Amino acid sequence: MRRFEYFEPGTLGEAVALLARYQGRAQPLAGGTDLLVEIKEQLRRADCVVNIKKIPGMAQLAYDARAGLRIGALVTAREIELSQFILKHYISLAQAARELGSIQVRNRATIIGNVCRASPSADTLPPLIADGAVAKIYGPGGERMVLLEGFFKGPGKTSLEPDELVTEIVVPPPPPRTGKVYIKHGRRKAMELATVGIAVSLTLDSDVRIVLGAVAPTPIRARRAEALLRGKTLNDDLIEKAAKAAEDESRPVSNVRASAEYRRDMVRVLTSRALHQALDLAT
Amino acid sequence: MSQSIFLTINGEARELAVEPYRSLLDVLRYEAGLTGTKKGCDVGDCGACTVILDARPVNSCLVLGVEAQGCEIVTIEGLQPSPERLHPLQESFIKHGGAQCGFCTPGMIMMAKALLDEIPDPTEEQIRFGIAGNICRCTGYTRIIDAIQAAAQEINRNNS
Repeated sequence: MRRFEYFEPGTLGEAVALLARYQGRAQPLAGGTDLLVEIKEQLRRADCVVNIKKIPGMAQLAYDARAGLRIGALVTAREIELSQFILKHYISLAQAARELGSIQVRNRATIIGNVCRASPSADTLPPLIADGAVAKIYGPGGERMVLLEGFFKGPGKTSLEPDELVTEIVVPPPPPRTGKVYIKHGRRKAMELATVGIAVSLTLDSDVRIVLGAVAPTPIRARRAEALLRGKTLNDDLIEKAAKAAEDESRPVSNVRASAEYRRDMVRVLTSRALHQALDLAT
Repeated sequence: MSQSIFLTINGEARELAVEPYRSLLDVLRYEAGLTGTKKGCDVGDCGACTVILDARPVNSCLVLGVEAQGCEIVTIEGLQPSPERLHPLQESFIKHGGAQCGFCTPGMIMMAKALLDEIPDPTEEQIRFGIAGNICRCTGYTRIIDAIQAAAQEINRNNS
């Protein structure tokens, strides 16, 4: 591994001061499962690594029926996968977390790391966006809140400044009669990057959110598909129309994992499947 | 510049001098002299470097050595109950042909150990899910799964 300076700040203030001092040449370390690979493969420059694991209060994972879910910056994918209240109220997030890498990776990888890495195919992003998640960001100017849906700017790009940290993600509690699904499509069952990932959060006769992963530079809401369904009682015909609309809204590229054409087809098929499953869960 | 870390490896308290940019895998192999843990891909894809860190299986190539300060680590060298006896998983891998070239075997056995600690009597599907991050190019996995199932039975028999 290329040499770097290493710090273990004890407070958020110290951490962002370090990030500010190195002006983009410092990288925060939480799980390390992406960062250390990128340093080893020289994909990311890190003159300085700032380990945020010694900062108190960042490992919190809590659910409250009114405040919703709070995921601290150090919460791992494995914790999300196994948490009883996530399995109950945020099942699509648990399904996505379970699809991320191996158990060994999930024991280290953090959800917020997955968010900040901003891969177009990241599994946990579609369900978080579909559930209306908000990121709490700490920087030299204090704290700000950002709707996760607007956080992603392109592959590997977010609205986070180099001297800011995402400290927590807050996800609203699900309304009654809500069904949630994440479907990952890949070439094999495990250790796979999504070819297409679809998240649906559906509240009966009310709201629906459909988020498409791996088919645009960032995860995207299928807004026209949602509009076809909002406030309606869903039936097969309506679901097929929405699935076709989602296909038209996707903007996939062709790469080593699949052609754009195949991805578009799969957006339609999987959006339909996810809507049917979410409808069953909500009923 | 190296710094001292204090940790427990296979039940033994150790002090090691490590540079911050060295992986735990390299620290185990080159500083602690424990070469049973293998370096396959070095980027978290193959699982050959799996060790148990504070009761959880991890890829030691994706952990910095300095992060292990104060931690408890179990490697393949720490699995034998005594120098004369193998762990039931090790016995079972030999008996069922779960090891061929042997390079994936230490990581595979450490992952299997972590799996059986959590699920004492796993189904085939649970085993396949559990070892999804451990790649074996020789066996085709069938014998590895047989070996883990047989070891689970042996361990449960000994515990009952």
